[in-house]
Amino acid sequence: MLQLKVNGQTHELDIDPDTPLLWVLRDHLHLHGTKYGCGTGLCGSCTVHVDDRAVRACLVPVSAVSSKVVTTIEGLGEGSDAVQQAWRELEVPQCGYCQPGMIMASVALLREKPSPTNADIDAAITNICRCGTYNRVRQALLAAARKGEASDA
Amino acid sequence: MPEFKLTRRAFLIQSAVAGGGLLVGFHLPAARTRAAQSGVVTADVQPAEVNAWIVIQPDDSVVIRVARSEMGQGIFTALPMLVAEELGCDWNRVQAEYVSANDNLRRNKVFQSMGTGGSRSIRGSQEYLRTAGAVARELLVTAAARRWGVAIDDCRVENSVITHIPSGRTLGFGAVAAEAATLQPPEAVFLKEPDEWQLIGKPVKRLDVPDKIAGKPVFGTDIEVPGMLHAAIHACPVFGGRLKGFDAAAVEKRPGVVKVVGLDDAVAVVAESWWQAQQALLALPVTWDEADNGQVDDAAIRANLEAGLTAEQAVTMAEHGKPEAALASAERQVEATFFAPYLAHATMEPMTCTAAVHKDGRVEVWVPTQNATSSLEAAARTAGVDPLQVEVHNTQLGGGFGRRGANQDYTIQAVQIARTVGRPVKLMWSREEDTQHDFYRPASMARLKAALNSEGRLTGLTVRVAAPSILTSLGMKADDGHDPFALQGLADSFYDVPNLRADYALRRLHVPVGFWRSVNHSQNAYFREHFLDQLAGATGQDPYTFRLGLLKEAPKQRAVLEAAAEHAGWGTPLPEKTFRGIAVETSYGSHCAQVVELQLEDDGRFRLLRVVCAIDPGHVVNPDTIAAQVESAVTYGLTAALFGEITIGKGRVEQGNFDDYPMLTLRDMPVVETHLVPSGDFWGGVGEPPLPPIAPALCNALYAATGKPIQSLPLSAHGLRPA
Repeated sequence: MLQLKVNGQTHELDIDPDTPLLWVLRDHLHLHGTKYGCGTGLCGSCTVHVDDRAVRACLVPVSAVSSKVVTTIEGLGEGSDAVQQAWRELEVPQCGYCQPGMIMASVALLREKPSPTNADIDAAITNICRCGTYNRVRQALLAAARKGEASDA
Repeated sequence: MPEFKLTRRAFLIQSAVAGGGLLVGFHLPAARTRAAQSGVVTADVQPAEVNAWIVIQPDDSVVIRVARSEMGQGIFTALPMLVAEELGCDWNRVQAEYVSANDNLRRNKVFQSMGTGGSRSIRGSQEYLRTAGAVARELLVTAAARRWGVAIDDCRVENSVITHIPSGRTLGFGAVAAEAATLQPPEAVFLKEPDEWQLIGKPVKRLDVPDKIAGKPVFGTDIEVPGMLHAAIHACPVFGGRLKGFDAAAVEKRPGVVKVVGLDDAVAVVAESWWQAQQALLALPVTWDEADNGQVDDAAIRANLEAGLTAEQAVTMAEHGKPEAALASAERQVEATFFAPYLAHATMEPMTCTAAVHKDGRVEVWVPTQNATSSLEAAARTAGVDPLQVEVHNTQLGGGFGRRGANQDYTIQAVQIARTVGRPVKLMWSREEDTQHDFYRPASMARLKAALNSEGRLTGLTVRVAAPSILTSLGMKADDGHDPFALQGLADSFYDVPNLRADYALRRLHVPVGFWRSVNHSQNAYFREHFLDQLAGATGQDPYTFRLGLLKEAPKQRAVLEAAAEHAGWGTPLPEKTFRGIAVETSYGSHCAQVVELQLEDDGRFRLLRVVCAIDPGHVVNPDTIAAQVESAVTYGLTAALFGEITIGKGRVEQGNFDDYPMLTLRDMPVVETHLVPSGDFWGGVGEPPLPPIAPALCNALYAATGKPIQSLPLSAHGLRPA
C-alpha cells in the first residue's frame, strides 16, 4: 500500500510504485484536470505542485512523491486564486486543455517570484499551447503579480 | 389554433425599430415542449422549447442550443449571441447547450450542419440562428398579448421581459414560454439592421472560460463511464500497411491487462488503466505487412512532386488572358520554385474516443469531434447498426484545427475495440501515435513564373502546383485531377494580373492528407506572397506599394493591407538590424493582412518583435474572440513556418513527440496587435483567415533582412531560428 496526499486528502493506493503520478491522478483518483499531452515532460499539460513546486506529473513515479504534498488544479479551488482571476479577466483560455498546466506553472512561479520579470516568465513558462494563448498568459501572470504587490502594500 | 399574422408594422413597433430590417422567410418544424412530451399540462412550470434552438425555463433563463463544436474558437458564446440578439433575452441568464447528433437525425436535421470547419460556424449559420431568435420573440410576444387581450403592436421586449406599453404590465419569458411553444410560427420575420444590434459586435465574456480556469471541462480524454476499460493503440507505422501478427501471450499476464485486440491495420491493448495499456503495447511483439510503401522516403516524395512541376498530366484551374504570350514578350521574367512540407495538426489533446456497444444494439460514443454527425455515421457504419441507434456525446475538444472532422479513424477504432471486448472502452492515442497517424497538410511544390514590363508592372503569371489532393485522400472525389482546394489562393487570387494561368498536377503519394487549419491557403499564400516580394525586389520596388498597384480592383484587400501597413508604421525608419515583411490573403470569407517585424542577431538568428494584423471579417460578433483567434492563428502559422516539418523515412513518419516536432513557446512569441476593420456588408470567418499571411510576412521580413529568398519551409531547415 502506498500513501498519497493530494489536495489535502490522503489516499491509500494498491498500485505499481512506478506508475507516473499523472496516471494515478487521472485513472485512480479521477482527478481529470491534470492532462496528458506528451508523456515526456515536454509540454507541461500535466503540471502539478509537489510541495508547492511545479512538477510535470508524467515524469514522476508515484513512489517518489508518497511522502510529499501534491496539489492539482482541483486543489486551487473554484477559480479564487489571483492567477485564475487574472486568467478570467483577460480571457486567456481557448480550447482550455493546456490551461490547468499553465495555471499551475504560473501559480508556482508567483509563489517563488512574486514580481517576475519577463525573463523570469520566459524561463518558467515553457508549457506548450497549440491555441496560442501565450501573450495572454504573460499578461495575466503580470496582472496577477501586480495584484499581489498591491495587496501586500 | 388561432391564426397569427405578422405584419411588418407589428414587428417594427414591437422591436422599437426605426428603420427596416432584412425580411427572412424560413421553415421551422413545429416546436415541441417537454411539458407536452411528458403529458404535464401545467405548462407554466416546465421548461418550454419555443423552437429547436431555444428552451425557456420558468425562471426566465434561456438555454440556447449550439450545433457546432467549441474547440477554443469561441462559438459556444458567439452562436448564442446571434440567437439572443433577436430573441431579446437577458444575456446574463443564457446557457449554451450542445445539440445531440442523434436528435438532429431524428428531427430531420432541424439543427442543420454540425460540421465545424472552414471557419463556417458563424457565416454558415448566422441567418437561421438570428431568424430562430426573431421567431421565438414573435411567439413570446403573441402569447403575452393574447393573455392580456391586447394588440401585439402595443408590446415591447427587453431583457426577457415583455411589456404592454399603454398599461405598463409585464410578463417574463418564462411565464408565457409554454404557450408560445404551442403557437404557429410566423411565416417570415424581419431581422435587425446592424446599427440596431445591442449584443452583436459588443465585447461579451466567453461562457466557457470560468470552467476552463478551474480544470472542470470534460474533454474526450476525461470521460469515464461505468465498467469502462482503457485502450492504447498502435497502427501500422507504414501508411497503407496491415497488421500481420502479434504475440498477445507476451503481455497478457501483465497487471491490469485485459485483452490484446487486433484490428485490420492496428493493434490495441485494453487494460484497467491507460498507463498499463500503453506499457504493455510498447512491450508487445508485432509484425506488419508494409505493403509496397516500406521504402518510400522524403527524397522519393520530393522527386515525385518535382516531376509534377513539369508533368503533362495536369489540369488548368484558372486561366485568363494570354499568359504564355505575356511571358514571351516580358521585359523581364522571374521564376521561383517553392516547397512546403507535410504538417501534423498536433492538437494538445491526442486523438481519443470512448465507445460503448450495448447488447440491445445501441451504440454510444463520447468524442471530441468537429462534426458529431460524422462521428455518428462512422460509429453506425462500424457497428453495423442503424444511425438512429447511435448516440454521440460531444465532449470538449482539446484543439481541432481540422483533424477531428472528416476523419473519424479514432471513433472507428474505439467502436471496434469496445465491440470486441464487450465493455465500454476509452481509447486514447499516445503523442507519438498522434504525430505518426495524422492526415497531414499536403507536401507541395509550386513553380511560379512572372512577366514584368519595363515599369516593373506584373503583366503575366503562371503557376504550377504539384501536390497530393485532400479530396482524393479522403475518398471524396477529384479523381479527374480537379481539386478545388488544391489551388486555394492561387487560382482565385484577388490581384489584378491581366494574363494568368494556374495549373494543378495531382500527385499520388501514400501519406494521408487532410484539412489543416486554413488548408492549402497556408502554403499557397506563402508561395504567392513571398514570390511577390521577390518580384518587387527584382524591380527595385517597395513590396507594399507594389501590392497596392495590383489591388486597384480589390478594395477590401487593399483596405486591410493599408490598415496593417499604417499601424505597423510601414515606411518609417526602423532601429538597426530590424526589418519588416508584409503579406495579405483572403480566405474563408475574410480578408487579412499582416506585418511582421523582426530583429536580426549577429549569428543569423532573429527575434520576433511584433505582428501587426488587420482583419476584415465583414461583421464582428465578439471582438475579443477575434483578437484571440488572430493570436491563435498567428501562433499556429508561426510554429509551422519556423519548425514544422513531417518527414518520411522507410514509409513512415520520422517525428514522434514535441522534441522532434517542436512547437513555438511563450518565450519566442511576438506581440500580436490586432486591428479590426470590418466593412460590415458580409459575414466572414475568423478561425483560419489570420493564418495564411503569417508565413509569407515572416519570410518577407527575412528576405528584407538578408536579400535571400526562402525557397522552402520550415525556416529551421535553413538554420534560421528565433534567438
